[in-house]
Amino acid sequence: MSERPVVEIRGVTKTFARGNVTALENIELELHPGEFVSLIGPSGCGKSTLLRVVGDLTPPTSGTVTINGKPARQAREDGDYGIVFQDSVLFDWRTVAKNIALPLEMLGWDREKRKARTEEMLDLVELRNFADHHPWQLSGGMQQRVSIARALSFEPALLLMDEPFGALDEMTRERLNLELLSIWEKLGSTVVFVTHSISEAVFLSTRVVVMSPRPGRIAGMVPIDLPFPRTVETREDPRFFELVTQVRELLRKRGEHLLPEEAAELL
Amino acid sequence: MRRAGLVAAVVLVLAGLWELYRWIWTSAGWTWPFVVDNTSMPHISTILKAFGQPTQVNQPTLINLLLHKALFTGREAVVGFALGAAVGFLLGIVLVHSRLLQRGFLPYIVASQTVPILAVAPMVVVWVNPKLPTGLQGWGAVAVIASYLTFFPVTINTLRGLSSADPRALELMRTYAASRWSVLWKLRVPASLPYVFAALKLAATASVVGAIIGELPSGLQSGLGGAIINFNQYYSFEPQELWATNIVAAALGILFFVCVVGTEKLVVRRAPENAG
Amino acid sequence: MTRRIREWAPALVVFVLVIAVWEGSIAAFHIQQFLLPRPSDIVKTFWTARHTLWPAGWYTFKEALGGFFIGSGLGVLAATIIGRFRNFGTAIMPIAIAANAVPIIAFAPIFGAWFGEVSPHSKSAIAAVLCFLPVMVNTLRGLQSADPRQIELMRSYAASELEIWRRVRVPTALPFLFTALKVASVLAMIGAIVGEYFGGAFNALGVLINSDATIFDFVTAWAGILVASLLGLALYGAVVATERAVVRWAPDTRDA
Repeated sequence: MSERPVVEIRGVTKTFARGNVTALENIELELHPGEFVSLIGPSGCGKSTLLRVVGDLTPPTSGTVTINGKPARQAREDGDYGIVFQDSVLFDWRTVAKNIALPLEMLGWDREKRKARTEEMLDLVELRNFADHHPWQLSGGMQQRVSIARALSFEPALLLMDEPFGALDEMTRERLNLELLSIWEKLGSTVVFVTHSISEAVFLSTRVVVMSPRPGRIAGMVPIDLPFPRTVETREDPRFFELVTQVRELLRKRGEHLLPEEAAELL
Repeated sequence: MRRAGLVAAVVLVLAGLWELYRWIWTSAGWTWPFVVDNTSMPHISTILKAFGQPTQVNQPTLINLLLHKALFTGREAVVGFALGAAVGFLLGIVLVHSRLLQRGFLPYIVASQTVPILAVAPMVVVWVNPKLPTGLQGWGAVAVIASYLTFFPVTINTLRGLSSADPRALELMRTYAASRWSVLWKLRVPASLPYVFAALKLAATASVVGAIIGELPSGLQSGLGGAIINFNQYYSFEPQELWATNIVAAALGILFFVCVVGTEKLVVRRAPENAG
Repeated sequence: MTRRIREWAPALVVFVLVIAVWEGSIAAFHIQQFLLPRPSDIVKTFWTARHTLWPAGWYTFKEALGGFFIGSGLGVLAATIIGRFRNFGTAIMPIAIAANAVPIIAFAPIFGAWFGEVSPHSKSAIAAVLCFLPVMVNTLRGLQSADPRQIELMRSYAASELEIWRRVRVPTALPFLFTALKVASVLAMIGAIVGEYFGGAFNALGVLINSDATIFDFVTAWAGILVASLLGLALYGAVVATERAVVRWAPDTRDA
């Protein structure tokens, strides 16, 4: 984990409502190639905002974001990252295959290459048989898999994910966690993963970044030393529970100003 | 207040465009799409002046005349609107309770609008008039014609609106063992209001159009339709009179529309999705 | 296949019933023939007078078709242009909707004065004006209702405005456009026929129906109305068929 960081976040501050709401305050964070980093925290801690600042979907009020040595804006224009939202945001009028091929079309790939890559991705998320279906014919979990396939289709070095499994039931979620990890290991991407779920964060990541709200700050980090590949058994490992507790404690302590409802939100 | 200003601005812009178009076309002598002269496009000022003048010697002024006619047509439109809206609403209520009836009758309800009302109007007039009490004759038949154009959008939208009730809310009503009647009035009808109002906005215009169209074959002189036919005959001599009539007809249509919008704001206190 | 039959059977039944009742009650109650002729007579005349009626229908249909395409085309164009300027679009919407409240029909004689009372162009003009507003308003609304998250996704791909337009706004607007075209298709034919009331070629359908009604030949008038109605339905059907072909993704949001 030595080489230069993939993502460098330096002194990023983001305010809204003419300075009255501070979503992010002075965030300093580095991500190294191949890391799987989760951002976790109660509502209002700015984790989604931070993700969007990294993706240049919203500008920081101050501070810089560098991706692969380039400013975030350049990285976006060069297609250096893929993004997955909580809603799959698929295009109703395109088939599954064409949805996956969307970024490839944007990047100007020719038809042959697009077709080949789309088929690879379909296999990766095991949706080969649904290539010609339309999104509304698919379940929520399947739609999300298409969304992931789309985000990875052009093999970006960086993957940004904003609570991608938030709208799914627990069993589908756990299954998709496993799939995501296997894809990640195969492609070697760096992942920034925003989530509400402590167990998900611990299960997936190499490092969990805990954030606290009002103003949005990094409260602490927990390195996750669980071995790879992670399986269903990993969730029953004592070390897993220890780490989950560590994260939970960090959330509770640093989030002293949490309201009871918000504390209850965290698993 | 800002709305009124915006409307005034639009009217001024339109008047300006009119004169500009006129000026450009007459100076350049273009004949496409049509020849521009004092007959085909009278000056705005000519039209406005015509309002204040009588059409014939010792007759009331044009504006006076037109307002009376507008009132006459307006009455037909209001009655037609009320009739058509009531029928449409009832039809919607009946249809929402039976898929079978929907499949049986909807195609004809849709097809009914492809029948050119103008062609049917004379027959309706001949058929309906004798059945009406004397006071209602003449304009009553026109109201019926107006209602023909009105009932369609109201039916379709009422049906859609009543069907749009959240299925989970319907289930909730089931747990209360609610009767069809309560479900209708407590759930479906409130859910349908945005749709119904969208239709009423269309219906408002349709009723005015229907009233004017209905007057044409009826030979009724007292309404705007009659005025249009009359002034059309004199168009080459006094084009501004026909234009003035059209302006009044347009104002009538817009007035109806605005009334419905106003009523909607009172009744449904949030903006509906499917306006227009 | 059976689903199709089940869908259309009730309508068919209603049709047969109504025709039967109509035919029957005229005979039974001796309803004045000249007001409401028997369906059998109407159909007979529809066939026997076809050499006059059908070409007349076609003539009027062409007027309507011309107006339909011109009006809808301009409507789409206007919506596209206005759609580029977001604020202008929102400001214009209420005005456009109010403008729709103007009874265009009243302008029929003026169009006659402009384009020639007898000429088909004046009728096409009415049809065009009738089609323009619904198409413009609905297409504009469709263009404006693009999912903001989809647009954000496109921005993450550094898409240009034009690409966002092509790949998101236009496909989103298509269902709206077709709804409007369905309305316009019916309006076009009606507009043409109403226009003909104020004067038209002697071989135009509206004129024919009118003159038949005037001489109390209601049977032929009704046969003419049948022709008009069928043609209006044909255009409507064509729009529906095109919609099915183009908008293949809508999961049954089909309504009248």
